[in-house]
Amino acid sequence: MGRLHVKNDWRSRRHPAYLAFLAHRVSGLLLAIFLPVHFWVLARALHGPQGLDDLLRWTEHPVVKLSEVGLVLLLALHFTGGLRLLMLEFLAWRDWQINLLVIAAGTSVAISLVFAFNLL
Amino acid sequence: MQVSVWRGNDTGRFETFPVPRLPNQTVLDVVTHIQRYLDETLAYRFACRVGMCGSCAMSVNGVARWTCRTHVTQVLRDDRLEIAPLSNFPVVKDLVCDMRVFFDKWTQARGYFQPSVPSDDGFAMIPPDSPARRQVDAAIECIGCGVCYASCDVVSWIPDYLGPAAMNRAWTLVNDARDTGDRERLKAVAGDAGCHACHVQLSCSERCPKHLVPTAAISGLKRRTAVAALKGKL
Amino acid sequence: MSPRIQALLWITQRVTAMVLVPCVAIHLVTFIYAVQSGLSAAEILARTQGNPVWAAFYALFVTAVALHALIGLRGILSEWFRWRGWSLEVFAGLAAIALATYGWRAVWAVYT
Repeated sequence: MGRLHVKNDWRSRRHPAYLAFLAHRVSGLLLAIFLPVHFWVLARALHGPQGLDDLLRWTEHPVVKLSEVGLVLLLALHFTGGLRLLMLEFLAWRDWQINLLVIAAGTSVAISLVFAFNLL
Repeated sequence: MQVSVWRGNDTGRFETFPVPRLPNQTVLDVVTHIQRYLDETLAYRFACRVGMCGSCAMSVNGVARWTCRTHVTQVLRDDRLEIAPLSNFPVVKDLVCDMRVFFDKWTQARGYFQPSVPSDDGFAMIPPDSPARRQVDAAIECIGCGVCYASCDVVSWIPDYLGPAAMNRAWTLVNDARDTGDRERLKAVAGDAGCHACHVQLSCSERCPKHLVPTAAISGLKRRTAVAALKGKL
Repeated sequence: MSPRIQALLWITQRVTAMVLVPCVAIHLVTFIYAVQSGLSAAEILARTQGNPVWAAFYALFVTAVALHALIGLRGILSEWFRWRGWSLEVFAGLAAIALATYGWRAVWAVYT
């Protein structure tokens, strides 16, 4: 005897709009966790520019650079996904809005690539 | 083919039956074959068997669908099928789920018509192409099959969540010029158990066998409740 | 929480989102441009120090993001972590104030 089949069965959740929801929620969560770190780093300037520079030296490290690209991707994903959501909730319903998520994903990747190449 | 069928209620197991493949076969045909020839104790629901009543809705390979309108060729994988009762509903027995909470929430969402005081003004004149009536027409064909409710994550996360069907129906009434129950109805559909908990996953709209878009209806409710809240009428 | 308050929370979430659209766009462009020549305190402070326009912009940005993030987090905590009741609302409110204050402190740090 066992419990019933999986709740929230993944097999019915593989459609694009659901993945967009997941991407939006997870990116928002990760960004929210990042924010206090971001504010802490910037507030180091209270100790004078040297205090901030000490921390910014860390940004030369390849792992940090990679995380920065990741953060830009998260921000771009959440931003474009959010624009899509605002349109879905506030504008008259049209099918093409559901395809906005493709534009959203594409734009996110593009922004991240711009950022990544600037780092190299 | 090998067909796994849920047996029991909320606890139980999958039982596998060998079912002959036929050239033209729906999943409902498969379930009926099992009950008639292999195990008469299997419990399941159906009525019209032609895609009009929604009674045969079940979870096929994890996806909520009308079994009478699902051809085996659409869903068969490696000669295997998995059939279970709809998600998000308590299980009565085998493939039969308890739909009472689903319909209770319809009432809680005030998804019922509230007439005005009878008058001698004659018939209400509602032009079919008025914007409000178009909104109603786009959502009115719901037959309460429960597929959207079974497909929604928020239903599983928030026990009191009204669900897509109840709110879709509420939206048709909010746009019905003859109805007078909006004040209470908007209060009923607002909040964490209502429209504001919808995260636009669009699973309901993706799965609806009648191609309705409950997400659009719920978005409409979000806008209406927002206006009502700002006007102090919520 | 009354339906009215929940509706107002939803409105706040969407309004802050709309405010954040231009804020994030400007921020993305600014720091992609800034990072081109490497990231340094001097470079950041040259832009923000003594500049009331940037200070006002970032103060608004921080306020909007604190509200937006905490209303969003509240949803995640309630739905995925099953946290319900007044303790969640109090936590979310206090966390929003804390995040905003922490952010304003950062704005102050690069302005002065």
